[in-house]
Amino acid sequence: MDKEYFLTKVLSCWSSLIRKVVFCVLRVGPIPTHIAVIMDGNRRYAKRKLLEEGDGHDAGAMALLNLIIYCYELGVKYITAYAFSIDNFRRKPSEVQKIMDLLKECMTVLAKIAKHHLIKVNFAGNLELLNAELRDEAPKLMGVTAEYSKFVVTICVCYCCTDDIVHSVEESCREKHYYHSYIGDSHDDDKDDDDKDDERHMIKLVDIEKNMYMAVTPDPDILIRTGDEHRLSNFLQWQTCHSLLASLSTDWPEIGVWHLVKVVLDFQQNYDYFVRK
Amino acid sequence: MDFSNESRVLHRCSAQVLDIGNLLLLSLWHLVHSIISICNFTLDIANVLESYLISSGLLGRYKSLHIAKLRYLAIVIESEGAYQTSKIIELLQWLEAVGVKHVCLYDKEGRSSGFSLSLGILKKSKDFVLENLDGAILFQVLSYWQPSIYAMQDAHENNVLLDQQHMTLEFVSFSDGKEAVAKAANVLFMKYSKSGVTDQNQKEKIFTESQMSEALKTVGLFLLSDQVGEL
Repeated sequence: MDKEYFLTKVLSCWSSLIRKVVFCVLRVGPIPTHIAVIMDGNRRYAKRKLLEEGDGHDAGAMALLNLIIYCYELGVKYITAYAFSIDNFRRKPSEVQKIMDLLKECMTVLAKIAKHHLIKVNFAGNLELLNAELRDEAPKLMGVTAEYSKFVVTICVCYCCTDDIVHSVEESCREKHYYHSYIGDSHDDDKDDDDKDDERHMIKLVDIEKNMYMAVTPDPDILIRTGDEHRLSNFLQWQTCHSLLASLSTDWPEIGVWHLVKVVLDFQQNYDYFVRK
Repeated sequence: MDFSNESRVLHRCSAQVLDIGNLLLLSLWHLVHSIISICNFTLDIANVLESYLISSGLLGRYKSLHIAKLRYLAIVIESEGAYQTSKIIELLQWLEAVGVKHVCLYDKEGRSSGFSLSLGILKKSKDFVLENLDGAILFQVLSYWQPSIYAMQDAHENNVLLDQQHMTLEFVSFSDGKEAVAKAANVLFMKYSKSGVTDQNQKEKIFTESQMSEALKTVGLFLLSDQVGEL
């Protein structure tokens, strides 16, 4: 038993050292500021490994925490994960409950990690759709980590890009109406400023973008999707117009450091092209 | 004194070691990227060979494409490619021959400052494209910055979308993307202001996704607005 433990420790140290050396080499070139991930393949993984359905999500959560650590070590500043879509509420209630329980556990783990490594945690999405416990816990965790800025983890929960767009249009309408009703009226006497007044009453692109759930982070440099799928599934299509889309054939729980290395190397290969765009 | 000399020597040695280390890392980085470039080049050659095999009809699996499953094809064309109108026509002729029914071509031209309209290169050459493409119907969108002025083609009003004999073409550019959403937002804002539902609970939903789709149609995004929900 001691021998096995010793070997495991030695292997773990070696792999950590190799990882650090590889990351040093990668850091010679440009490192993406923001990586977004669509965690596809948890259920397929569980089926393939003959596990219970919920165990696939457990393995997926562990894979996400590992990826967060790798991105932190590499020097990536932001990571965003698509944890739960609004459409996912159509799944079996037992699976939805399992994911919600997992989310609660992840919040606890993230709270502990965040304190030691100055990690800011955001939750993006229509949090009103969550159960009462998570609806209270999520803002608490965001509040506790609000002042940290070394590394930012955003978990998209109850999120769809189309819902985000509609939500931001709603907020923009409310803002403009408030301005028009309570502030804009005091400028009505000044006829010379009619044009400027019209502009102030119009919703602009910048208003929509600042009211989005995902306004808390810059646009992703890379969007990774696992499970050998090549679609966005209503995730960040607004924000990824200049992003590298990386589709990996592996299922999400099997994603590892070498997949991250491959994706970052692709990003560096195409960096000049993205800078021009 | 000895200590300061020693510390200077130590500092110089560590700087040299650091320089050597950085040089080694830089060399390794370039070596890795050279290997990747060679692999990508080999893959590109393999892709070109596969293209020739497909064109020659030797690969059986490309003979029947089940094209009916493809409801809408959107193609992003780089600005440089958008100037090559003959190539665009050739592409569209291929798509027509294959049986694709609804095509959207997008090219992004650099935005002008202020509120001026940004028309894509493809939109400017659309007449030439259509003249050389028999049987295609233009599903044109004209959009202006002033949210009260929108023009719609007869094609939409006559429900040409139901006509399976012709390929419908849509030309979009940067102004039909995020800026179109801003225009649609102003359409919804006008409705919101007129409706008088201002004292609603801040958390209640005012608009639905289907209302957003309708507003996008109002500003001229017809085919694409139906597909937004599919993304």
